[in-house]
Amino acid sequence: MEATSTRANPLVDPGLTIWNQDVAIYLFLGGIVAGVMILSGAMRLWYKQEEPSLALRLLPWGNLALISIGMFCLFLDLENRFNSWRFYLVFKAYSPMSWGAWVLLLVYPVSAHMAWAETPAHWRETVLRKVPLLRPWGEWSVRARRNFAALSIVSGSVLGIYTGILLGAMPSRPFWNSSLLGPLFLVSGVSTGAAFMLLFRLNQGERRFLGFLDFLLILAELGIIALWIIGMAAGGEASLQALKLIFGGPYTAAFWSLVIALGLVTPAIAEFIEYKHRAIPGRGAALLVLGGGFALRWIMVYAGQHSGWASEASAGLF
Amino acid sequence: MLEQQFGMTVDTRTCVGCAACVIACKTENRLAEGYVRNWITTQTRGRFPELVMTIRSERCNHCRSAACVRACPTGASHYAAGGTVQVTGSKCTGCKACMAACPYDARYVDEQSGTVDKCTFCNHRTSRGMATTACQEVCPTRSIVFGDLNDPDSEISHLLAQRDWYTLKPDAGTRPSHYFLK
Repeated sequence: MEATSTRANPLVDPGLTIWNQDVAIYLFLGGIVAGVMILSGAMRLWYKQEEPSLALRLLPWGNLALISIGMFCLFLDLENRFNSWRFYLVFKAYSPMSWGAWVLLLVYPVSAHMAWAETPAHWRETVLRKVPLLRPWGEWSVRARRNFAALSIVSGSVLGIYTGILLGAMPSRPFWNSSLLGPLFLVSGVSTGAAFMLLFRLNQGERRFLGFLDFLLILAELGIIALWIIGMAAGGEASLQALKLIFGGPYTAAFWSLVIALGLVTPAIAEFIEYKHRAIPGRGAALLVLGGGFALRWIMVYAGQHSGWASEASAGLF
Repeated sequence: MLEQQFGMTVDTRTCVGCAACVIACKTENRLAEGYVRNWITTQTRGRFPELVMTIRSERCNHCRSAACVRACPTGASHYAAGGTVQVTGSKCTGCKACMAACPYDARYVDEQSGTVDKCTFCNHRTSRGMATTACQEVCPTRSIVFGDLNDPDSEISHLLAQRDWYTLKPDAGTRPSHYFLK
């Protein structure tokens, strides 16, 4: 079978290239933000071993910066930016992108409250003295710190899952069309969030906790990736064609070397050795995890657009 | 059931792939250079010398379970009168979720407006009571037939009742309103 088409629309032919690095960066930063929101909320509620380090307390501010950069990338990806306010006029329950737009609206205030409530008291007091108008909100925010920590875990989880569902809910792209993409992006997001936190000057207990947690998350991520591959391998013709993108196709080398070998297996081994020898986790494994997390999203975004329903196989011609 | 359900058939026995439909659409809708809303696909199958060629004039399938409508976050992509799928440019952000969702890659971004565009089944004509699309009107072999699928007396209903037909990518579950006669 040979098929030719006279269609040559830009961004569509010869292969779909509508989403590029802007979307990959947004998904990567969204994952980190989700991870930091979940981990900083969880550590505020349940991590009682020692007084939180200054870096841990200031990380929610970093979240605000990262999500803003991510949103800017998303804004750049829009072809009709003047209409971006249209996202907030309706809520479309069947549209993952609509969910994402509204979730981002939740992430901002929750992150801002968390950031404020975790800021050291004397810094907060300095700000409140200069801007007394903020005092009622500022004091209430600190009193409700544990509630915001819980809300941070919930909204971070929704954000993390959404980044995967955005792609997973596209039945037209067999490489993406899996319910496992939600959990995969969530686990990967928490893992890259932990890795991002490990780049800062946390105290020893926090580093050990995050290092071992990241090791467990990487194992979970490898398990989900295995299930996702098995799901595609057990699927129909379109799924098998999609699977070839990472089994002999153009994304094979990048996927297996950057994501699996360097981004997951190597840091997992390093983190396990650190845990076994009671060493304090360094930044090397964290950097590999971050690189792997970005590569995963980059490959997902690009490879998914190359997958589709084989026309000749499903056209009913035979 | 909808009052009207517009659909289209393309007779693959008589379509010669002359692309008059493509030019008519471009002219009628004043499309930017390099963009098309419909196109010609040629498929050759078999083993030489026993080859069979199929030529089709293709466009948006105006699916009755449209993945693009579900994916659109602003309601810009929607079902309109006659069961067709339309895009309201003033609501479109150009997020391209509909393009990713469409299994037929029938949509594109109009570089002038920054909004997503595609075949409208000549909505500007049918809304004024005209019964033909630009592509149908110019087809020299009368391969393209447009009409109401819910009207049992329409030409398209007769063709679908009398001839064997198929839709593209039925496994995608989108229930296209665009049929190809065998």
